[in-house]
Amino acid sequence: MELFRKIAVPIAAIVVFLILWELLVWVNGWPNYVMASPSDLPEAYIRFWKLFLSGAWETLWRTVAGLLIAVVAGVLLGMIMGFSRIANDALYPLLVGFNAVPKATLVPVLALLFIGQHNFNTVMMAFLISFFPIAVSVAIGLATLEPEYRDILRSLGASRFTIFRKIALPKTLPEFFGALKVSATLAFIGTNLVEIISPHGRGLGALFLSGQTNSNYPLMFAVLIALAVLGILLYYAVVWLERIFAGWADRTT
Amino acid sequence: MTDLIEIKDVHHAYKTRSGPLPVLGGLNLSVPEGEFCAVVGPSGCGKSTLTRLIAGLMRPDAGEVWLHGERVVSPRRTVGMAFQNPVLLEWRTILDNVILPLEIVATKMPRKQRVARAEELLAMVGLSGFEGKRPSELSGGMRQRASLCRAIVHKPDVLIMDEPFGALDNFTREDLWQTMRNLRSAEPFTAVLITHDLRESVYLGDQVIVLSDRPAKTQYVMDIGLSEDRPLDILYEPHVGDMLQTLRDQIRIAQGRGGDRH
Ligand SMILES: Nc1ncnc2c1ncn2[C@@H]1O[C@H](COP(=O)(O)OP(=O)(O)O)[C@@H](O)[C@H]1O
Ligand SMILES: [Mg+2]
Repeated sequence: MELFRKIAVPIAAIVVFLILWELLVWVNGWPNYVMASPSDLPEAYIRFWKLFLSGAWETLWRTVAGLLIAVVAGVLLGMIMGFSRIANDALYPLLVGFNAVPKATLVPVLALLFIGQHNFNTVMMAFLISFFPIAVSVAIGLATLEPEYRDILRSLGASRFTIFRKIALPKTLPEFFGALKVSATLAFIGTNLVEIISPHGRGLGALFLSGQTNSNYPLMFAVLIALAVLGILLYYAVVWLERIFAGWADRTT
Repeated sequence: MTDLIEIKDVHHAYKTRSGPLPVLGGLNLSVPEGEFCAVVGPSGCGKSTLTRLIAGLMRPDAGEVWLHGERVVSPRRTVGMAFQNPVLLEWRTILDNVILPLEIVATKMPRKQRVARAEELLAMVGLSGFEGKRPSELSGGMRQRASLCRAIVHKPDVLIMDEPFGALDNFTREDLWQTMRNLRSAEPFTAVLITHDLRESVYLGDQVIVLSDRPAKTQYVMDIGLSEDRPLDILYEPHVGDMLQTLRDQIRIAQGRGGDRH
């Protein structure tokens, strides 16, 4: 029953959304070069299913690769900032400034730096756009660890590393996963940004672009929906990992 | 020198933005092996600082801290600590929280033996059946009981407690006093208890130390000398009432308000 509710309710919401969308297009009498309607989409999926599959795969693996690098780099950076006040003071403004730069401006910069390295550029962008929340959450998690938590092990002569492994790290996991959810969506946006903006792109973003150049509006909408689905999958993959590794922090179950 | 804990003329100041803040100014303390020493004093006078010095988490600017005839210069495994906040780890069960110090101190001890030791202590404080629960599933008093078990699971010589019962309601607190006495009769350890509850200091202590206001030094030492078997009602007996009154007056003096009753 619980499971049924959890699955049925969101599906019902999606169906209602599609019906409203269809109605909106129908009532306004919009032709499909203004706004495609859901009933136009199956045709696009059927006709281009191979491109959708390969594009989705391209988009997905590069997003995940960028996100993984962001996790490693973000956690390391967060640890350095969390443990050292000086590192924190030095790095924080840099990080904030870097994060404030609109990432779209980095696409041509990266493309010029690493000409033709499309995969590399895409993964790089996914990483650059997504490591900030992770670094900040880990840094704050470590810096705000109450001294008593450290002292219960430190008073026994435990090493800094033991304290990190047994207390600081697990205690920071809920914040880490909160940030990872944000980062996953950001990495996804980063990947798409490169795919759409840079010439000779690949993945779903490039498919979107080819829909545009061919004036195939239903295809463009079909790509948007596919991106949404992929984004949802990625998000829930993180939620699933969170349940496994930080399920203890969930007080509702 | 037969005292387990010996603190000689300890001075300590914290560096703050507005210059050094002297916190301890010539503090002396000695606790014989097996004794229970309760420490009271005005808030902010340096009591928690004292616990950190005894635990070897900090070194004093001047003066000496001795444990077991050895100068304390760093943390040592023969110490157990409990705080006002039970600081239980939410991702561990109650049992695994109690076991934690053994993972540091007794790395070779088999898991079975660790579990047995933790279960024995949990039973002593009335937490049998809660081994598999998460800390958030327990009441504040129960969490503090688990925290006490964790503090003594590795059989420390010295148990240092910094206002462990300070956040509990009166009934729970008095329950925990009994628990504390039960633990002490089952497990020999020397204890230093920081508290702001004078009744608690008299009921649990063998001696009560009153610290002066910051920078703190030992202002008054009272030997309690009550029998080991102490029902709670002993607090209503006239001679105990007199002790409490004396301590109350000493606290007023420590707070710089002389002996008047306001
Ligand atoms: N790490 C620190 N740095 C600077 N000042 C501190 C630090 N720890 C405590 N203090 C100050 O030292 C004084 C004594 O602190 P503490 O030992 O915690 O007192 P108590 O436990 O008796 O309330 C307080 O005024 C407190 O603000
Ligand atoms: Mg204190």
